[in-house]
Amino acid sequence: MAEPITLSLTVNGESRTLSVHPFARLLDLLREDLRLMGTKEGCGEGECGACSVLVNGQVVNSCLVPAVQVQGAEVVTVEGLAQGESLSSLQAAFLTYNGAQCGFCTPGMLVAATDLLRRCPTPDDGAIRDGLAGNLCRCTGYSKILDAVHAAAGEGEAAR
Amino acid sequence: MRGQLHNVEVRVPASLSDALALLAREPGVWTPLAGGTDLMVVHNAGHLKATRFLDLSRFEELRGIREEAGALTFGALSTFTDLRDSVAVHRHFPNLVKSARATGALAIQNRGTLGGNIANASPAADTPPSLLAYGAEVELLSVRGSRRVAYDRFHLGYKVMDLAPDELVAAIHVPLPTGRGFHYFRKVGTRQAQAISKVCLAAWARIEGGVVADLRIGLGSVAPAPIRARHAEAALLGQALAALPIEAAREALLADISPIDDIRATARYRSVVTRNVLGHMLRELANL
Repeated sequence: MAEPITLSLTVNGESRTLSVHPFARLLDLLREDLRLMGTKEGCGEGECGACSVLVNGQVVNSCLVPAVQVQGAEVVTVEGLAQGESLSSLQAAFLTYNGAQCGFCTPGMLVAATDLLRRCPTPDDGAIRDGLAGNLCRCTGYSKILDAVHAAAGEGEAAR
Repeated sequence: MRGQLHNVEVRVPASLSDALALLAREPGVWTPLAGGTDLMVVHNAGHLKATRFLDLSRFEELRGIREEAGALTFGALSTFTDLRDSVAVHRHFPNLVKSARATGALAIQNRGTLGGNIANASPAADTPPSLLAYGAEVELLSVRGSRRVAYDRFHLGYKVMDLAPDELVAAIHVPLPTGRGFHYFRKVGTRQAQAISKVCLAAWARIEGGVVADLRIGLGSVAPAPIRARHAEAALLGQALAALPIEAAREALLADISPIDDIRATARYRSVVTRNVLGHMLRELANL
């Protein structure tokens, strides 16, 4: 058994220090150690995107990231997207456009779409599909999700 | 799903030379860990035999894409996203951009590495066919020094590589193509993203005076390891674009491949589709 490591990282802007197994999954640190339950486990093998979080500004599958590799990292989960009670424009657009059905994929969709809009503020359909290609929705409500991302990108302009 | 942690050990060496020293001291004991996008999947499923890991992810000297001496050198930790974002890769190696885009989706591309894609040695990986088509060399590093191996001689069988237990894949060198080039990449999977190849074919050709002067074809998912289609290449080398022996090349390809039935496709499907993709590539080449 490996000795636990002292892991220091920033989660949603807050410095956190944890004693964890060096190979524990980032997903489990978030959900079990930090009780941030927004990040979901779908497949556990990097196929579904339900566990998407940002690490140092890049979207990753938190089920595939061992603790040792986030030492000193800056992590943002779905809980970090809103400013207090005020939803991000993307979250608001998901509500307005019914971008969530059962909701299980939604945290991952929001995180991946947040990353997309940072890199590409006015994406076309192709860019959105590419940006969300790793996030599966088994309710298959993809067109509403596309609408919501377009709307958030448009913010006052025509969505398409 | 979660892998067992009770017997797992991880080392984070302070330097690359410390990592190499550990590998030399205890060869075969430590499994290198880079982006984790293959390794963690098997671990999470509880199927990973390895329990001791050597984290390489922090070594800056294994990062970066540099142009030097007529080649592009990729640090082994170059991610698929690094490939997609590199102007030089777009300019010289469009097949590698397509390979990177075809691997998983963005979250995988942000973490998965070129070195890992090679050393994981999956026959279904999507960068190896392009690396074969471009005549890449792999640079291996150990306390004994560094050596280079032509990538088309690196994979020796299913998950068997010309890689000693004390060696790491440090870099990949890909010579810049010269002359009038033809680049072709085609992956056949169940969908565009998050699919593992049923068949993958990458090709590069140099055309001189309307003739195929040079040609390499790399194949994935149709043999125990990524392979060159040497018989098909031989049928096409020196041939005029105006009269490419497409049927003969398709026939010759059968001697190159040894596909199997698995969860993604049958051997027969792979055999037919690989030949069809070659035919498609040759019709594009003929229309160049």
